[in-house]
Amino acid sequence: MLTKYITDLKTELTMETEKKLYTLIVHSENVAGILNQITAVFTRRQINIESLNVSASSIEGVHRYTITAYATRSEIERVVLQIERKVDVLQCQFFEDSEIFMQEIALFKIITSVMMSNPEVSQIIRKYQANIIEVNPTFSVVEKSGKKDDIMDLNRELAGTGCILQFVSSGRIAITRARIEHVSEYLDKISRRFAKD
Amino acid sequence: MGAKIKGSEILLKALTEQKVDTIFAYPGGNIISVFDVMMDYRDKINQILVRHEQGAAHAAEGYARVSGRVGVAIVTSGPGVTNTITGIADAMLDSTPIVVIAGQAASTALGTDAFQEVDLVGITQPITKWSYQIRRTEDITMAVAKAFYIASTGRPGPVVLDFTKDAQAGLAEYKPYSIDYIRSYIPKTDVSPASIEQAAELIDNCRKPLVLVGQGVELAGAQQELQDFIEKGNLPAARTLLGLSALSSDHPLNMGMLGLHGNAAPNVLTNQADLIIAVGMRFDDRVTGVVANYAKKAKIIHLDIDKSEIGKIVPCDVPILGDCKESLPMLTARIKKNSHADWIKEFAPLAQKEKELVIDKAIAPASGPIKMGETVHQVALQAPDNTVMVTDVGLNQMFAVRYFKYRSRRSIVSSGGLGTMGFAIPAAIGAATGAPERPVIMFAGDGGIQMTMQEFGTIMEYHIPVKMVVMNNHYLGNVRQWQHLMFNDRYSLTHMLSPMYQDIAAAYGFDYIRVEKRQDLEAGIKAMLAAKGPFFLEVVVEDEENVWPMIRPGSDVDQVYYGPQD
Ligand SMILES: Cc1ncc(C[n+]2csc(CCOP(=O)(O)OP(=O)(O)O)c2C)c(N)n1
Ligand SMILES: [Mg+2]
Repeated sequence: MLTKYITDLKTELTMETEKKLYTLIVHSENVAGILNQITAVFTRRQINIESLNVSASSIEGVHRYTITAYATRSEIERVVLQIERKVDVLQCQFFEDSEIFMQEIALFKIITSVMMSNPEVSQIIRKYQANIIEVNPTFSVVEKSGKKDDIMDLNRELAGTGCILQFVSSGRIAITRARIEHVSEYLDKISRRFAKD
Repeated sequence: MGAKIKGSEILLKALTEQKVDTIFAYPGGNIISVFDVMMDYRDKINQILVRHEQGAAHAAEGYARVSGRVGVAIVTSGPGVTNTITGIADAMLDSTPIVVIAGQAASTALGTDAFQEVDLVGITQPITKWSYQIRRTEDITMAVAKAFYIASTGRPGPVVLDFTKDAQAGLAEYKPYSIDYIRSYIPKTDVSPASIEQAAELIDNCRKPLVLVGQGVELAGAQQELQDFIEKGNLPAARTLLGLSALSSDHPLNMGMLGLHGNAAPNVLTNQADLIIAVGMRFDDRVTGVVANYAKKAKIIHLDIDKSEIGKIVPCDVPILGDCKESLPMLTARIKKNSHADWIKEFAPLAQKEKELVIDKAIAPASGPIKMGETVHQVALQAPDNTVMVTDVGLNQMFAVRYFKYRSRRSIVSSGGLGTMGFAIPAAIGAATGAPERPVIMFAGDGGIQMTMQEFGTIMEYHIPVKMVVMNNHYLGNVRQWQHLMFNDRYSLTHMLSPMYQDIAAAYGFDYIRVEKRQDLEAGIKAMLAAKGPFFLEVVVEDEENVWPMIRPGSDVDQVYYGPQD
């Protein structure tokens, strides 16, 4: 008789659990559908994207994505390799916070009458070095750029005064602290290597 | 200025420039103008009308696998191309170079739910190497050149071209397009001499090496380079399912097949090895068993062309990135001659144990119904050395890969990564077309054959001389085995009736023999192999035969289960 067995499937590879916020900088050709391909890599591995910014880069025709996500180091390494494998992606690199300059921007739409009647509102705005970029009788707009924590603190304090109508914050944008420009270097290397004599 | 021609004609010109000699195709409204031009290319390109677009994709795969060239399928938009999705996904997982060209609604109608419009690029992006919509006639030569370049270089894979109707109809000059490089895509990196040094150091100093041979060796055409390498170091080697014909079954250093239903010796000794040298393979979960306990005593050297495979599943000590046709000779030149005699001796008792507990019973049973193993064994005994063996998926596949003998390169065509039932018939059509000088023998089960049986029509029409061995156990046997092992023999929807295959074979004009008794098996196979044209050999096999050995789910690679012993 065959021995029947019911097994508990052991699945996990390693017990590496420490998750951190990593910043990925991706450069790609400017073709339709790349964003989908990049985000799909995160989705397949069930990693949530915390923030995502798409913009032009310093190189003509090259798009730049700044993506943040909480993951373990090995997860993020896998993600980076999978993204870089896409045919239209030029380069994908990941960074810890110490390796980049980073900024976010937030806008607050607030009630002008509350700002006028409660001096605390202006004090908070000054304390956070935020700028008022629009004032009209019904609402005013406050702009703050900086670190996410600052922005969230500002949001909390303003909310305490009951003046906020809308709040929006951008994703992180980041620039590397390194002295070499990896993408330009990569492109130079490629064109030198394949240049026709 | 040259004369302007229609986009459809530009496509065909561009395809001939890529030396395309065969197209598997199925027409429809949004690709009709391409088919119109194809009529003028019948002397240059062999055009095969399949019976279902899934067949076109699998046939393109079979063609590519045996020939090493890009397989091509041309289909219509909407349902035509969604029918190819299984083949595209299959080609992605098994690194098979194919280009699928599909019609598409006019670019002006895109996004309006036009008749037979689907978001093809969106659907196929996750399962292709590259997926591109041709919206302008001027872009056709560029798109075709890129498609073939991307599909065939680096780690090969499927490419989809989504060809809008207006780009087909538009007029443009034919401007040949050639590709030196794509700046965002580096198909292979130069082999780092430092990595060769490190690897050679490990190889020279190890005592228990094991080389894992994957399909990458075949894709690189590095079969000889591999053999030189293992012979110099006397390194025992085992192959993955897709790598089976990268090293001859008869080679003294060949220790068998890895994985779920692979051979005991290499599976068990994986966990004794002190050095694993993986060449062009990806540590699929069917190969590793429980990863956490896989090859824990070994350092790992991984040769691969795809950077994203390094360390994906198991941590790698020395990665050797690049083409193994370049890196293997570099390693061979650098390593010392060695014998590893004691270590190699360790394989024999395990192989002997498997022979006694499993193989003898499978291939030479004394009585009872015919078994799958003996069927494959008998075919292997009679098949010429240059045979291409095509399999479907299921027990038939596991027996076929275990008991066939591989003596020529590129002689196995099987769906490994996706495990696609219904693969065999169309893939065999493709294989026979891609290697017309080689015999093609296909093994399938009663379930798989009923999935793509419509392609009998293609075999009939083009007189494709495939030898089809259907091992009929009246079950979806592979699933039934799992129900037996894990669900208390509750055979939910796995028993299956077959039609009268004799009548079906007759309807298509195939020679047919049904073998029910052991004493008729050898003669049946002989008749099949002697036949000029297509042949359908139905072998009625034991209903509830299981395949052993097995690394059961949740087991480590060295916990080989040899099946019940009575
Ligand atoms: C398209 C598809 N559907 C379902 C499966 C799951 N499956 C794997 S093996 C198998 C049974 C195959 O039966 P058969 O073709 O008769 O081969 P046998 O195992 O009996 O040799 C099934 C249903 C699959 N691999 N592919
Ligand atoms: Mg069956």
